[in-house]
Amino acid sequence: MALPSGTFNQSYAQDMTIFRTKTQWLMLLAFLVFLFTSPLYFSDRILTLMTIIGITVISVHGLNILTGYCNQISIGHAGFMAAGGFTSAVLCTKLGWPFWAALPCAALMAGLVGILFGLPSLRIKGFYLIMATIAAHFIIIWFILQFHDITGGIFGLAAPRPEIGSFVFKSKASYFYLVMIIACMATFVAKNIVRTKAGRAFIAIRDNELAAEVMGVNLWAYKLLAFFLGCVFAGVAGALLVHYYGWASPDQFPFFNSVWYLGMLIVGGMGSTMGAIFGAVSLKLLDELVIILGPMIAAVVPAIAAQAAASLGLITRGLVIIIFLIFEPRGLAHRWEMVKAYYRLWPFSH
Amino acid sequence: MTFFLQLVISGFSLGMVYALIAIGFVIILKCSKAFNIAQGHFVMIGGYLGFTFLVTFHLPVWASLLAAIAVAIVMGLLIERLTLRPLVGQPVLAVIMMTIALATVLEGLATLIWGGEYKTYHGLLPTITLKIGELSIPPSTLIGIMVSIVTVAILMIFFRYTKRGLAMRATAEDEQVVQSAGIKVTTVYALSWVIACVVGVISGILLGGVSGVQIILANVGLKAFAVVLLGGINSIGGAIIAGMILGILENVAAGYLDPLLPAGGGLADVFPFIIIIIVLVFRPHGLFGLAEIERI
Repeated sequence: MALPSGTFNQSYAQDMTIFRTKTQWLMLLAFLVFLFTSPLYFSDRILTLMTIIGITVISVHGLNILTGYCNQISIGHAGFMAAGGFTSAVLCTKLGWPFWAALPCAALMAGLVGILFGLPSLRIKGFYLIMATIAAHFIIIWFILQFHDITGGIFGLAAPRPEIGSFVFKSKASYFYLVMIIACMATFVAKNIVRTKAGRAFIAIRDNELAAEVMGVNLWAYKLLAFFLGCVFAGVAGALLVHYYGWASPDQFPFFNSVWYLGMLIVGGMGSTMGAIFGAVSLKLLDELVIILGPMIAAVVPAIAAQAAASLGLITRGLVIIIFLIFEPRGLAHRWEMVKAYYRLWPFSH
Repeated sequence: MTFFLQLVISGFSLGMVYALIAIGFVIILKCSKAFNIAQGHFVMIGGYLGFTFLVTFHLPVWASLLAAIAVAIVMGLLIERLTLRPLVGQPVLAVIMMTIALATVLEGLATLIWGGEYKTYHGLLPTITLKIGELSIPPSTLIGIMVSIVTVAILMIFFRYTKRGLAMRATAEDEQVVQSAGIKVTTVYALSWVIACVVGVISGILLGGVSGVQIILANVGLKAFAVVLLGGINSIGGAIIAGMILGILENVAAGYLDPLLPAGGGLADVFPFIIIIIVLVFRPHGLFGLAEIERI
């Protein structure tokens, strides 16, 4: 990482630290203060959007570890989220567990399901693994629909809002705080997991599987670990989503979301924790923009009024991914680094 | 027994749909090593084009077919030139995401233009229903079989005996060697996308004429990947045989096992995906595909 002029790393600890200078600490602090005071000056509508973005960020962090760092491409992430979400809903509603006990179980369950569908990953990769994870999505949803005695099937299941003592996270603002605290923790964990031995093993597997194996990386163990970790994040996100809506239903986890999470990773930048955040935020905002602009366009061109919202959403989503793949395959995170470097060096360009 | 045979026959016609989608997929894969998730969407677009030309413009069948093929050629060329060519040399994920994005755009366009409704043009195409005893063979089966056989025959001759076909196979083998032999790789890529589009659109028109067309038709494309994997991803013949096997298996499994399942089944929707997992675990290169050998 480029440092401001005059700052030098003199020890290993300094070399490894994420926030190196006081300015960086200050900016982090400012961002956190802004984030946690935002219920004061934003409307409920924006808080809802931010809550959903927070949940998405958690999920995309998981996908980033799995796909961005370990190169095990997964288009079944919404399925793993569903596994977590329904576990939590079943534990809370059918067995009367508190949310705080159900959340770790949901994460664990999603992780185990992830390991199950990650099992073929030792033998297959690339397109084949994509097919296996697509299959995973449909099989998980099918299981949820089949065991309707437990999961409620197509009608779903109530999922009560979490509570501490007599305090229930009922208002938008309180749930916003819950999601944001967990999202910040998830970001912290995601950033640091990839700096451990396991994270370096993931990167070795991504860059060259055979070479990693020759170096002594246990491919099987680390690939399954990547699946487990990635799906644990998905499970947490799924549980949060379900309890946010107060209802768990298979419709909350459509196949298209699985694809869209991968799209977020591409737009944000693969293999970068910042990228996962950038991608989730920017594409969710884009969705919101389409929802706002759709009716306006429909008003101008009445011929397409009926289907404008649905089709424009699809077309913009597709086009954004196409444009990023062609012009900025390394995503917004790379752009962000370039902008930072530019301002660090300004006014001297070299 | 009649129930079983009827299941087999309707499964067979379903298998033909799978096989037609799988063929288009295999052609692109054979030439440019690109995994085309959007193949099912080509079929859907084809169905809607058939509706436009046959019903909206009242064109005769032959003219509609030609017009649809013309559109397919343009579509294939545009897709290859605008979206796939910039990605040459990029990792597998980029190409797959590109075709997924393409699929999304095509779905959006179809919704925009045709309203995403169920359209049908029964009776404009010849529909023949064979009756053997108590069994009735639906027209989709017959048309499916005919089109598949003709398509496969043409493609086999093309890939085996024509210069262009040989060039395409050689490109799949090794791009650089082919370039040094004076073959233009970009033309080969463009041609493969055009062929896949045309095959997709033709099968879409036929399917639409038999059972109508709707956006859901594109989702058949996802299931058709089970066929591709089972048959081996680089074998056209394998795609057809696997298509039949899978269509029949899916229908028979759904027919017999659905009543036993708690929520009334829906097994037909996931059966191909279960097959995908099984094939991937036990025989990743499929029934007729070539096993990949990896070198450092």
